[in-house]
Amino acid sequence: MPIKPVILWTDALVFLLVFAIGAYYLRVRRQEHLRAPWRQVAKRRLGMSALVVLLCFVLVGLLDSVHIRRVLPNNNNADKLNYSTQVESLLDVLISPLGAEIEKTYSAPFAAYLYTKNIIEMPDGSEIRGYPRLTYGGSHLGDSVSRSSDIFTRSLKAAFKALIAWLLLTLAFLFFSARRSRIPFMQQAKIILYGRSFVAWREILLTVGLVLLIVSISINLAQGYHILGTDKVGKDVFYESLRSIRTGLIIGTLTTLVMLPFATAFGTLAGYFGGWIDDAIQYVYTTLSSIPGVLLISAAILSLQVFITNHPDLFSTLEIRADTRLLALCVILGIGSWTSLCRILRGETLKLREMEFITAACALGVGHLKIIRRHILPNIMHIILITIVLDFSMLVLAEAVLSYVGVGVDPTTYSWGNMINSARLELAREPIVWWPLLAAFIMMFTLVVSANLFSDAVRDAFDPRLRYVE
Amino acid sequence: MISYLLRRILYAVPILIGVNILTFALFFVINTPDDVARMHLGQKRVTAEAIERWKQSHGYDRPLFYNRTQAGVRVFTETLLFTKTINLFVFNFGSSDQGRDISYDIGQRMWPSLALAVPTLLVGLWVNISFALLMAFFRGKYFDLGGIILCVVLMSISTLFYIIGGQYLFGKILKLVPISGYHSGINALKFLILPVIIGVIGGIGAGSRWYRTIFLEEIGKEYVKTARSKGLPEIVILYKHVLRNALIPILTGVVVVIPTLFLGSLIMESFFGIPGLGSYTIDAIQQQDFAIVRVMVFIGTLLYIIGLVLTDISYVIVDPRIRLE
Repeated sequence: MPIKPVILWTDALVFLLVFAIGAYYLRVRRQEHLRAPWRQVAKRRLGMSALVVLLCFVLVGLLDSVHIRRVLPNNNNADKLNYSTQVESLLDVLISPLGAEIEKTYSAPFAAYLYTKNIIEMPDGSEIRGYPRLTYGGSHLGDSVSRSSDIFTRSLKAAFKALIAWLLLTLAFLFFSARRSRIPFMQQAKIILYGRSFVAWREILLTVGLVLLIVSISINLAQGYHILGTDKVGKDVFYESLRSIRTGLIIGTLTTLVMLPFATAFGTLAGYFGGWIDDAIQYVYTTLSSIPGVLLISAAILSLQVFITNHPDLFSTLEIRADTRLLALCVILGIGSWTSLCRILRGETLKLREMEFITAACALGVGHLKIIRRHILPNIMHIILITIVLDFSMLVLAEAVLSYVGVGVDPTTYSWGNMINSARLELAREPIVWWPLLAAFIMMFTLVVSANLFSDAVRDAFDPRLRYVE
Repeated sequence: MISYLLRRILYAVPILIGVNILTFALFFVINTPDDVARMHLGQKRVTAEAIERWKQSHGYDRPLFYNRTQAGVRVFTETLLFTKTINLFVFNFGSSDQGRDISYDIGQRMWPSLALAVPTLLVGLWVNISFALLMAFFRGKYFDLGGIILCVVLMSISTLFYIIGGQYLFGKILKLVPISGYHSGINALKFLILPVIIGVIGGIGAGSRWYRTIFLEEIGKEYVKTARSKGLPEIVILYKHVLRNALIPILTGVVVVIPTLFLGSLIMESFFGIPGLGSYTIDAIQQQDFAIVRVMVFIGTLLYIIGLVLTDISYVIVDPRIRLE
């Protein structure tokens, strides 16, 4: 086998999460009362557009979570395979050679020359000071540099391709959906065009088209240029910001995944049993929530750092070290944030405990744990779900701040926080280097806005208090 | 009410002890004082004597939980856990790992933190309430819709971008205010104005949206209907009835954070070079000075608990129906 899969801890948890979401989907599909609120979500126009964008980010993140090590070319010994020490992800392979095209230092977006003056060696041996030509960016142009027309034709071609792909996709969708609901093709097209369909298909299709257009153009241009420039060590900023997506998503989702079992278990137990169990659990979460969040995180990360430096044998490669720190950050963020969910769940369970159906279950002799599982948990699911989606964007933003403080992800991990952190010094340069900051801004903003819009739709659909407003 | 407050304050003691044991475990059990000493003295080629000397000069030369060399009660008192905890509880913070007096530093750095945090809180509160009230007045209209969209957009931008953008635009391009720094007395004003504005803008998104929901919830109540049926104009209803009643959840949410204002804002202070407690903490984190971080965790916890007690008191003050038992 020419490749060998590498499973980091966070990868394993990501796939566990995907599996859990799949299981949830199958469960929801079969039960009408669980489907009803999701139907409400599907009606929301902005929410569904945001979901399409979110799914694109998730796709990139998932591709980036499949890690492999390639086999090294080995001629003298055919039986024994040597694997490269470099861990790559599937995303790397797909968008290669984007990550490997390293220039000398800064270059502006779409530039063909370096951003700083350097000594250039001329073919005749003499040396002059000037802006050297980039090794990769715009190298296909040769010496006759006419960038704007090249960029224009390339984007036009890419846009045309995207348009064709989108048209085919839309036609296929219309065809199958019309057949499914047994109405003529034209009628289905009209229903969707006028936005009269139940699910907000028109907005979904438009967003898909827009995403296709942007992705197609940027990938096409990225083959010839550094579309978001290069950073200090000459790495492509577009590549960096793509790789950062995984970090952001992992912080946003794994943190919740880590804290959810504790918050749910403790919250329901405290609310249901009361007495000393309630006192003990309340004590634990009050203690934890009294510590200022950033301080708790930095204290824990500091300790972890000392632990890692003192036990180098446990962390063999850089990837494992960075991955451990990412996971630790998720766990610590989770410890800091489970308390609020725990408190809400406890209150809700306290209310539910007094309901008649619980008394009835008790009278029929149903065990306590079974009551919690069958009667309490389904009734607090909506709170858990709302918390997951609301926390996501907050956590993505928190990552950037923590990385800036120096207690975020490992400095070698690609993350928006690290990009912003280094961009601070770049803004103080003369002339300023603005593109890493812009790249981080665009990526973070798109992800967080769509997460916020989607979570609003989910909250409106699931929160029973908001239901009477409609 | 007095007995209730006393009980609340007594409750704080086990919580503080719990927090202390937790930070103690983080700092001294996962990494022994030897590890910390080695890190401060440099990783490689550190002699055992140097480590011992460092531990002795910083007061880390005791066993963690149990001292075999002592007799009687001193078995437990002559340990790191006991001495470090007791010193915190009597507000004897000792010196940092760099050798500076922590209590003195805190006393000095508290004021710049307050000078930044108090105006940010007050102006932010005023702006958020006014904006939310406007949105509630125009509810369902285009102004409201635009306001919500603005809030979502503002919420989705990281604070770091506000700071970097503000410093670049007002400090570097327009040169209206200094980019960073601090000066005592009235001169502090020109250094503080930009961080305060940025702090307020950064809080508008989440704050106004939350207040708007509170206002709308209040508008849906019966007494508003009564007021409207009496023929009161909408403005009067909003200002005289809705605002006053909605202030209860808003104020109680604010009271919790008032004591923690002393701690300052980590990000703002370090970006703008304001010598407050926030930048103090950040420096300590970056220099891995465990003594300072432990003290700050302790003070932070204490202030948070004070905030909770104050919240209870403020409930009674703003809502006479509530009695603390």
